[in-house]
Amino acid sequence: METQQQLDDFQARIDAGEKIEPKDWMPERYREQIIRMGSQHAHSEIVGMLPEGNWISRAPSLKRKLVLLAKVQDEAGHGLYLYSAIETLGVRRSELIDQYLYGNAKYSSIFNYPTLSYADVCVIGWLVDGAAIVNQTKLAHSSYGPYARANLRICKEESFHKKQGYEMVAKLAEGTPAQRKMVQSAVDRFWWPTLMMFGPNDSNSPNSAELLKWQVKLNTNDELRQHFVDRVVMEAEAVGLTLPDPDLKFNDETGHWEFGEIPWDEFWDVVKGNGVMNRERMKSRRKAHEDGAWVREAAQAYARKKNLSREKAS
Amino acid sequence: MNTTKELTVKESKIAYLLRLADDRLILGQRMSEWCGHGPVLEEDLALANMALDLIGHASSLYAYAAEVEDEGRDEDHFAYFRDDYEFTNLQLCELPKGDFAFTIARQFLFSSFSYFQYQQLKEAKDEQFAGMIDKHFKEIKYHLRHSRDWVLKLGDGTDESKERMQEAFDELWMYTGELFYIDGVDEMMLADGNGADLLSFKEEWKKLVEDTLKEATLNVPDWDQFMMTGSRTGMHTEHLGHMLAQMQFLRRSHPDADWK
Repeated sequence: METQQQLDDFQARIDAGEKIEPKDWMPERYREQIIRMGSQHAHSEIVGMLPEGNWISRAPSLKRKLVLLAKVQDEAGHGLYLYSAIETLGVRRSELIDQYLYGNAKYSSIFNYPTLSYADVCVIGWLVDGAAIVNQTKLAHSSYGPYARANLRICKEESFHKKQGYEMVAKLAEGTPAQRKMVQSAVDRFWWPTLMMFGPNDSNSPNSAELLKWQVKLNTNDELRQHFVDRVVMEAEAVGLTLPDPDLKFNDETGHWEFGEIPWDEFWDVVKGNGVMNRERMKSRRKAHEDGAWVREAAQAYARKKNLSREKAS
Repeated sequence: MNTTKELTVKESKIAYLLRLADDRLILGQRMSEWCGHGPVLEEDLALANMALDLIGHASSLYAYAAEVEDEGRDEDHFAYFRDDYEFTNLQLCELPKGDFAFTIARQFLFSSFSYFQYQQLKEAKDEQFAGMIDKHFKEIKYHLRHSRDWVLKLGDGTDESKERMQEAFDELWMYTGELFYIDGVDEMMLADGNGADLLSFKEEWKKLVEDTLKEATLNVPDWDQFMMTGSRTGMHTEHLGHMLAQMQFLRRSHPDADWK
């Protein structure tokens, strides 16, 4: 049973900016929230390999093929850091994976959108990685030590991805008419889904208050979204691309860009499993997991045999 | 087609570089199909890493072929603007990725061969070429170690993994003969001080393969069975065309666009 004193002491540590480490006392609810949020983040990295991976085989130059392959590989690495960070709370990676493949655990809805052209993967680098960085830069200061450190590492690589994505977007935007059409179409399709990545409006975000109190999160969804929009509007202008929002305008008083109403119905539809690619993504991930079962079993059987013969020898 | 008799040293060198590069691009492209679909996260990373190495090696070899050719072309020309019959990669490299056992068996056969081949090529007279090969050799050693480890784990793992591993080697065996195919291109490069003497390490390579399979409790298939030939002069399975169609379509649809 958690006593009020324990809870108060815990809150005092958080408020003093201390990091919580795996062996420290923590409220059960805090542990649950870190596992929920961190594993959701890890699953997103893994599912996120699929839409971009879709263009590895078709990348239009050897250099772009290498850049894309390295990027998608980095996402696998991020998944690994995050699963390891969450495992410090005494939950196994295999359990977490089962929760999203066969249970209720979520991953970011952005990856349920299809990549229809090569420009899509460039725009994902620019917008989606750009949005992820805004989130993760803050999460690098999260109160749970292992999770904060994993995010710090991830941010370094994501910044590089975003830079590469934006460079390629700029190149396409000043390229042939076909390239310009391709990249504008990608921006048109990914703009609103990217804004949805920050989650529901604050008034409609059930977990936020608790996450903020414990400094698992340091900013609200709307604050982060605004921060992102303010930056991206300038970047789009710089390369002559149009963001598909007629209501976008600068507010001199607040110093922020105001934007139109996010299509939340679409957001909830995709969250509920009705995005263009939801079923395919889960099917692909389950297939990889199930097809790999014999490999994992063989590796374990081999390790057991080796241990046994080592024991016999000694 | 008589491909070898009239070739100059320069032409042979380009052909030689393209053979090396084609093997690596095609195998790297196959390997990259695993990205996001590996049996376990660590292996997803490792397979993508090998694909990156292979495609990276191909890219520098193509770039060097373009330099030797000196006609203002680049590495992408060779990857994107040639057709099936112009590719000279081994059929071994183009076969579909199969299951994880097949991928590993193929990688082991190819990496072990590359290991001996590159050990000689890194001593080539052409310093630029030798330097490139030496750099790639370090990665090949890792590919060999990694694929060999998995041959042992899967061969001596469970009944199922053993069966799959055995099937993979049985199926791949007839594509190994071509590893040691030699024609005028090889002879000219060898005479020029820039080629590998394939026959000099054939027995050593066979021994490494046999020892590994035995340690993995697998049967060594018959070396004297029928062996495929023709890759080096442009004969391929139909799998290659489909792979190229996918690989090249975007680049060829917009040949004047800048994609670098």
